[in-house]
Amino acid sequence: MGDSSIADGVNCPVPFSRYDRVQLGHGSGGKMSAALLKERFLPHFSNPALAKLTDAAIVEVAAGRLAVSTDTFVVRPLEFPGGNIGSLAVHGTLNDIAMMGARPRYLSAGFVLEEGLEFEVLDRIIAAMARAAEEAGVPIVAGDTKVVERGKADGVFINTTGIGELDRGFAPAPDLARAGDAVIVSGPIGRHGIAVMAVREGLEFEVEIESDAATLSPLVELLREQVGDAVHVLRDPTRGGVASALNEIAESAGVGVELVEDALPIPGPVRAVCEILGFDPLYVANEGILIAMVEGGSEQNAVAALRAHPLGEEATVVGRVVEAHPGLVAMRTGIGGTRVVDMLPGEQLPRIC
Amino acid sequence: MKYLSEYRDGRIARGLADSIKQVATRRWVLMEVCGGQTHTIVKQGIDELLAGAVEMIHGPGCPVCVTPLEQIDRGLAIASRPEVIFTSFGDMLRVPGSEMDLFQVRSRGGDVRVVYSPLDALELARRNPDKEVVFFAVGFETTAPANAMAVWRARELGIENFSVLVSHVTVPPAMVALLESPDNRVQGFLAAGHVCTVMGWTEYEPLARKYEVPIVVTGFEPVDILEGILMAVKQLEEGRHEVENQYVRSVKRDGNRPAQEVVSKVFDVVDRQWRGLGNIPSSGLGLREEFAAYDAEQKFGVHTITAEESEECHAGEVLRGILKPNQCPAFGTKCIPENPLGAPMVSSEGACAAYYNYGRFRTPSESGA
Repeated sequence: MGDSSIADGVNCPVPFSRYDRVQLGHGSGGKMSAALLKERFLPHFSNPALAKLTDAAIVEVAAGRLAVSTDTFVVRPLEFPGGNIGSLAVHGTLNDIAMMGARPRYLSAGFVLEEGLEFEVLDRIIAAMARAAEEAGVPIVAGDTKVVERGKADGVFINTTGIGELDRGFAPAPDLARAGDAVIVSGPIGRHGIAVMAVREGLEFEVEIESDAATLSPLVELLREQVGDAVHVLRDPTRGGVASALNEIAESAGVGVELVEDALPIPGPVRAVCEILGFDPLYVANEGILIAMVEGGSEQNAVAALRAHPLGEEATVVGRVVEAHPGLVAMRTGIGGTRVVDMLPGEQLPRIC
Repeated sequence: MKYLSEYRDGRIARGLADSIKQVATRRWVLMEVCGGQTHTIVKQGIDELLAGAVEMIHGPGCPVCVTPLEQIDRGLAIASRPEVIFTSFGDMLRVPGSEMDLFQVRSRGGDVRVVYSPLDALELARRNPDKEVVFFAVGFETTAPANAMAVWRARELGIENFSVLVSHVTVPPAMVALLESPDNRVQGFLAAGHVCTVMGWTEYEPLARKYEVPIVVTGFEPVDILEGILMAVKQLEEGRHEVENQYVRSVKRDGNRPAQEVVSKVFDVVDRQWRGLGNIPSSGLGLREEFAAYDAEQKFGVHTITAEESEECHAGEVLRGILKPNQCPAFGTKCIPENPLGAPMVSSEGACAAYYNYGRFRTPSESGA
């Protein structure tokens, strides 16, 4: 019976693995490692450069300057509404490349797998990663996997490195912010951090908050086409949120920033969760919005350019770059007072009462 | 957001600020008792709106800030034990003890976890019978009922591997201590809305009469606070000294009776040490004798640990309103949120941290820069 069913050709292209979880042996470098690669990774990540499985991938790039960025992802939980660690690892690195004004071209991915990680989960992570890379049009050309003993990692850690090509003439950078620039955010603030936090802490709300994780290159393309050189700074406000990103820009450009509290696009559910936990949405992580500082007078064009894309529908001006108080971010509060929006010393902590 | 955005309306807030300035014929000195109110005042710039008419002194109502150093050291000693899961609300984690904080204990292998309710800590104890689960029970009358309930439930369920490290304090004795201190400047109080939600305001009535100070039970949003200030200023201008309630959507005169009952079943009134204010008679809550089995201090024998406060920390003068946080010589230099000398620089509700995080750049502009 077994023979005949094989002869009938059960349409399984790879040998059926008897494991449902990652074993230490999958990191041995032997047959199990090869099987892991063939069964789990290659079906999703296939592209000519990777398929050769040589020691290093050989890729073509245009002559000129390259942008290179690397980032390591250690999120818990591994899966959250709106994405998982795999899609995050692609978006995060591609967005860092895009924020330099570069066009992302290639990605590499390194995985540290914890013994015991369920393949079901790993498969979803790999699939999401492949989907995110494909949507961005950026192949994963090099990769690596290691397995560590149970308890030595948190399911899976992923490192991605990205390479992008820079155009001459379009090179926004944090130290290029100038007094008079408008400060624009491309969408609602705080969704990623709150989505992850809600799952991690087992908090349930009537409305599910989804992570905003997305690739920002299309928004950068629109800004490049419509506003060009008037774009002085691009920044994706990930860890530390909008407040930390603005502080870093103010510091590196030696300028002040003035925000208008009432102009900040903070979704109601994010606001509500922050109220309950005593958090400030300005410090909550985002993975699918950018901050743009554009020359005064170009802000309407920039906002219109961003709004042409679904990711930028809620783009809006939230403040100005000023000469006063260099290195500091201030905010005009809803009731007409002023406050400083400083960097946080560490992570935000829920309050007692 | 319903019941929130209405109380943050800029137009209403500015209208109230204008009324306060019109009513005040001189500069009055008011104290907001609660750290949550301090947070709103400094974050929203309410003190700035009222400059000239009202001076706000930031009171001792931040539970993290008034928890004495030695109690924190006791917590750290317990949290370092291998058999212990030490649970706490989030903002206690970064409060420095004499040598380290709970984050550092965790990095050295201690099992320290943030919980959102003491009942979550009790659940942890139920699920980890081979571990000792300890909850750091700090706070004012606001957190006392839930903490009392956790101990009550532990006894009901026969859970023996659960205990609480108690550092509960109560507001009225601290107000008396402030009013009786020779350098007192406070002429009126905004009482803490959430404390009064539990306790009501009857215990404030004799204080208002005896010390001739207006006391207004006040909420936490900008419009609440401005309205509370206006009510207090009106009383002062009219020579009245009564207890009034601004926070009518939450507070009743008698408070929450069932909550008060569970507190008095589990806790006794005790003398308590306040960080920066010293020992205040009958100002705290301790476990009653019959709940001694749930007292972490006794269970782990840490009651002998004592500690001296840093001499460079002027938290006491800040809490008494003698120094503004940014008038402390260490403010912003030796003492910053990353490396705090005292607790008011640590907690997000502490007056020093609020000044540092939200107000640093206002100071030079006020002095004419």
